[in-house]
Amino acid sequence: MALRDPSVRVLALLLLVTGIGMAWYKSQMLGLPLLPTEQARVWTVEARVKFEAEGGPAKLDLAIPAEQLAGHRRLGEDFISSNYGLATEQRGDNRLARWAVRRARGEQVLYYRLQMTPRAEVADTQWEPPAYPAVPDYPEPYGSAVTALLETVRGESADIASFTRALLRRFGAEQPDDHVRLLRENAPGSAESVRRLIWVLAGARIPARIVWLLPMEDGMRQGSLQPWLQVHEGQRWLSYDPVSGAPGLPGNALVWRVGDGPLVTTSGGSPAQVEFSAALGERDVVELAQRDNAGLAKYSLYGLPVNTQNAYRILLAVPIGALLVVLLRNVVGVKTFGTFMPVLIALAFRETRLLWGITLFIMIVAIGLLLRRYLEHLKLLLVPRLAAVLTLVILIMVGISLLSHQLGLDRALSVALFPMVILAMTVERMSLVWEEHGARDAFQQGFGSLLVAVLGYLVMNQALVQHLVFVFPELLLVVLAATLLLGRYTGYRLSELWRFRSAAAARELS
Amino acid sequence: MLISPRKLRELGIVGMNQRNGEYIMPCNPRRLFPLVDDKLATKRLAEAAGIAVPQLYGVIRTERQVRELGAMLKGREDFVIKPAHGSGGAGIVVVTDRRPGGFRRSNGRIVTREALEHHVSNILSGMHSLGGAPDQALIEQRVRFAPVFEKLTYGGVPDIRSIVFRGVPVMAMVRLPTQQSDGKANLHQGAVGAGIALASGRTLSGVWRERLVHHHPDTGMEIAGLAIPGWDRLMVLAARCQELVGLDYLGVDVVLDAERGPLVLELNARPGLSIQLANRKGLAHRLDRIKALAAIPDQAEERAALAMRLFADGAEECETTAVWRGWWRRSA
Repeated sequence: MALRDPSVRVLALLLLVTGIGMAWYKSQMLGLPLLPTEQARVWTVEARVKFEAEGGPAKLDLAIPAEQLAGHRRLGEDFISSNYGLATEQRGDNRLARWAVRRARGEQVLYYRLQMTPRAEVADTQWEPPAYPAVPDYPEPYGSAVTALLETVRGESADIASFTRALLRRFGAEQPDDHVRLLRENAPGSAESVRRLIWVLAGARIPARIVWLLPMEDGMRQGSLQPWLQVHEGQRWLSYDPVSGAPGLPGNALVWRVGDGPLVTTSGGSPAQVEFSAALGERDVVELAQRDNAGLAKYSLYGLPVNTQNAYRILLAVPIGALLVVLLRNVVGVKTFGTFMPVLIALAFRETRLLWGITLFIMIVAIGLLLRRYLEHLKLLLVPRLAAVLTLVILIMVGISLLSHQLGLDRALSVALFPMVILAMTVERMSLVWEEHGARDAFQQGFGSLLVAVLGYLVMNQALVQHLVFVFPELLLVVLAATLLLGRYTGYRLSELWRFRSAAAARELS
Repeated sequence: MLISPRKLRELGIVGMNQRNGEYIMPCNPRRLFPLVDDKLATKRLAEAAGIAVPQLYGVIRTERQVRELGAMLKGREDFVIKPAHGSGGAGIVVVTDRRPGGFRRSNGRIVTREALEHHVSNILSGMHSLGGAPDQALIEQRVRFAPVFEKLTYGGVPDIRSIVFRGVPVMAMVRLPTQQSDGKANLHQGAVGAGIALASGRTLSGVWRERLVHHHPDTGMEIAGLAIPGWDRLMVLAARCQELVGLDYLGVDVVLDAERGPLVLELNARPGLSIQLANRKGLAHRLDRIKALAAIPDQAEERAALAMRLFADGAEECETTAVWRGWWRRSA
């Protein structure tokens, strides 16, 4: 039943060929991936620095992780420090964030936030190997204890790695001999015991250093740094657990800094306290690979700044949702409130996840409808009434957030991401339809809107769909072609097969 | 139980997409829409052309004028308030008489003057208008419908909807308010729609809530077989409305006033499709027949006659029951 005019079909074909062609060229010739790759774990680590400023100029230096050190690849970092000037610099193996402000009084809170992904191999061979330490001048009775201990350990080992392991085994033994008991005095695992180990290792002229690790847990709030031991075996630094003697770094740990320098120094204020928190998220590996694949950055949106990318991630999914709305309205015949309202609700579902999204949507609209009923008695004019409904919707959202926070339902906090103007309009329109056409129509359209939103979420949230439109935005031309063709669809809607169901029977009757 | 698309096509049922894409878009130029979307404009056009419409008592255009509502209604026992840009019967309030403490609406509820004023200001703010644009409120004569439909109506005014294609009426139905439709003559809201045989002006049995009915759900009277008085003139009236606004796919709503005869209530550039159910006939075949005509007469009278001739095939006629025939003769 399509119209005869061929121009729409020709245009659609052109768009289709262009879109598919460009995407094909990019995937075949430029090697851009057609399928989304697996997700990588991305940690967001935050250091919260707090101190009391005295009123004059204040300066604060915070050691921050250097990428070369070990175990991570930096994806991005933020320094949140309102009116402070900021500079970062490399000092030895460490990086420093240097904050300074002309005048500061009272409690100051600065944040350093790092997004990173763990990286297994440590390639810090480009660093100059450290000089062999001189043998310390051990005072007695330590001197003889060190000599005896090193002698025993040397006999049990073949190279620096096995030497260190043997030393650590003896040092951490449950029943240590007298020499070790004398040397280790302090509690095992403390920074002091690591320093003792470095001191002892210097006796064998083995370069060793203390590094500070941040063990990370998802949702960690008040983490702290732990000392760790590293020895240089001529090529690279080897890491050891100072307590158990196990080689390597623990899983999910970030080397924050190296050496015995201070973590944080302040001037013009009280000594600062540092608290660490960490959270685990996921991100496309493609995104992580963007630095390595020049084509990806050049011919897809991966070349844009990350926050612009994030905006486009959402924007590019919208035409897919819009196409779905066209399909559901013109081919299926679903009734909704507002044409694209369900798409916006679907976008909010991205953050809230489906189950919470539906629950929150129904809660807000139901409470909104009840309150709107009451507003009806006040006989308000249209625009003020809309404003009142909008205010009520926001209050409902705040209420839900507070309540769910009390109950520990953190997912419900994402209610704040709902498009409240759209929700207010939905409440208003639903109550109008209710009044004019009855509850049946109101629920029918409300349910229709929710259904389209859910389907929209399911489609727009497909990893494959998201990946394809992001890496191959020209595929939107194909979406456009489909939309144009559907724009000329004049056949029956699915719902009309139900609506006109009595047409056939009626004819026979009459 | 669904009906297959092929069967629908056989029956000539026009769907929403086809109506929009093949009839409304090519036949109805957008620039003419304001003439029918604005009931005040339609009314003025009709009056200028000598077509009878419900008498206009007044127009309220601004919030300030809402206060004048009382003065405007002075001496009026009954009236109708409607938005100039309303659609689907939304925002229409019918007042049948005055009562101590207020007005009585057609649905029996008593409303105060303040409630009416609030309703008017809602209309002005665009609550019932297409797209929510600011609107005007019309106060006009309440139609006291001709007794012919008395036993087929519950608490409202029945109207006759015709689809006029290129100036030729192609299908008609009478819409009978029910208790469920709250006195409104809108099928979607629960009114009964009964098809009308174009040649004779007699009703066929009706549809209610998309189901076939033979009797009015509230009054229990049989729907089919009622002859609408002055049907020839009604057809001419419908045909003339095309000249009025120039829309080639037009819905014409006419009411039969007890004293003034047929009045044009409103015109519609996007008439609904339920008329096909009410007539148990698809529009497509009839529209195609008009399309196939080499020429369409200039005179409305000739176009009406053409319609009555073209669509007079006997299959469409419903046998009129003797009871109805008898009742009709007596009441006419």
